[in-house]
Amino acid sequence: MPLVDPVSDTLDAPAPPAAAPPDAPDPAALRIVPRRRTGRRAAAAVVLALLALALVSVVRNDAFQWDVVADYFLTTAVLRGLGLTLWLTVAVMVLGFALGTLLAAMRLSDNPVLRGVSWGYVWLFRSMPILVQLLFWFNIGALYPTVLGVKTVDLLGPVAIAVIGLTLHEAAYAAEVVRGGILSVDKGQLEAAQSLGLGAWRRLRRIVLPQAMRAIVPPAGNMLIGTLKGTSIVSVIAVQDLLYSVQLVYHRTYQVIPLLLVATLWYIVVTSVLGAGQFFVERHYARGTAGAR
Amino acid sequence: MSTQTAMVDVRSVHKSYGPLQVLKGVDLTVRAGEVTVVLGPSGSGKSTLLRTINHLEKVDSGSVSVDGSLVGYRRSGNKLHELREREILKQRTGIGFVFQNFHLFPHLTVLANITEAPVSALRRPKKDAEAAARALLDRVGLADKADAYPKQLSGGQQQRVAIARALALEPKLLLFDEPTSALDPELVGEVLDVIKDLAHQGTTMVVVTHEIGFAREVADTVVFMDGGRIVEQGPPGQVLDHPRHARTTSFLSKVL
Repeated sequence: MPLVDPVSDTLDAPAPPAAAPPDAPDPAALRIVPRRRTGRRAAAAVVLALLALALVSVVRNDAFQWDVVADYFLTTAVLRGLGLTLWLTVAVMVLGFALGTLLAAMRLSDNPVLRGVSWGYVWLFRSMPILVQLLFWFNIGALYPTVLGVKTVDLLGPVAIAVIGLTLHEAAYAAEVVRGGILSVDKGQLEAAQSLGLGAWRRLRRIVLPQAMRAIVPPAGNMLIGTLKGTSIVSVIAVQDLLYSVQLVYHRTYQVIPLLLVATLWYIVVTSVLGAGQFFVERHYARGTAGAR
Repeated sequence: MSTQTAMVDVRSVHKSYGPLQVLKGVDLTVRAGEVTVVLGPSGSGKSTLLRTINHLEKVDSGSVSVDGSLVGYRRSGNKLHELREREILKQRTGIGFVFQNFHLFPHLTVLANITEAPVSALRRPKKDAEAAARALLDRVGLADKADAYPKQLSGGQQQRVAIARALALEPKLLLFDEPTSALDPELVGEVLDVIKDLAHQGTTMVVVTHEIGFAREVADTVVFMDGGRIVEQGPPGQVLDHPRHARTTSFLSKVL
């Protein structure tokens, strides 16, 4: 069938000479002048001025005691606290996501009992404030004075309680993140894997999870940063993390503000490093989705 | 001749989704080495029928056999016991399935897409699987795309990779679910050419499609389905040119 395309015909046709204005120069020689954006410049100027004011006040106000900040930034006590914060973050993240993945798998299984238990877990641990939960574990000895003949207080030190409490809390959120990631994978991927005879474990490990990771990494990165800062809550049960370490110092020296700045700066440093790491992890799991490699 | 043995034997298969009856008693026999093309309007149950053949859909009643053994079940007396997943997966490795939307694994290269099943399901050494995969890519005209990712290929190329992936298990039966329906018109030909090539080599195939020209050229048997039933079947010259049922006539007049 002969096809005539009227649109491209008109587009290809040269413009009739009568349509051009009489004094028109060569169109290619015309210069394009962008519109003046006065409002945009004014807004930028105001914001920059406010920022400068804030900066000046921070530098000029001696109460910040930046010299004290510098003195304490790399002391052993602070670094040891930082070490514990990092260790706690990694442990909680790894254990939390391991338990969370298990909970997600249970929630997505065909077994109604496993589904119900997983749902109940997430419901309970998302409903309980982490501070309440930590205090609860701290006083668990009141419920179970001994476990297998050992005194509960001796068995569960503050650090163990911190790991348990934070992990159980983390797992509830991780379960939802992982479940969301798995649900984001097209059902056809699973059918293709089934029709190729791939076993359940292989399907999850090789086909579904790598694709789910693209949807899991951004919220997991959020959670990682949240967990890093969230670990500061364990200072209430006297675990010597970054915050508690600087608190110990300022309870002695009364230099509250500079030592809180020490902790803040360290949290900012670590968070920035983690953010950069997330970029590379995301790029790894974006394999095959970008137009060019 | 081997064409006398039934590769696929579907007997009075019923299937419902809730109140919706999709298959209302379908009988179909496909002999080894033959190409069966299934035609029919949307919702006629043709894709569902195809999916029951490799147990992607469970039947409500009736039975499906491939190469003499029941698919998904073991019979003892008057009962059909559902097989363990491991056994069903094993059966599926003998049945290649090509999807309308390809369903290539986007995070794996073309080569890894093809070697995944032979390596993990058939326990082939990786080296052998890769050599076989490259030979298959050559056969579908994509020898230079082994290291590309699916998204870097056109739809037609992706579907040809999907066919190579199905062939990598050396199946005795190939099922095609509207293999060209998701393609731009100018890419349909390259995929049909690959399927025709397979047909000429005596591969047993069941193809659900809307390509009447393809049916006429390649099919040994054309099956016309409507409303969850097979309305008529026979050689293409008979079903396509001298349909006996009004429903077939009206369908053909719309698609031709």
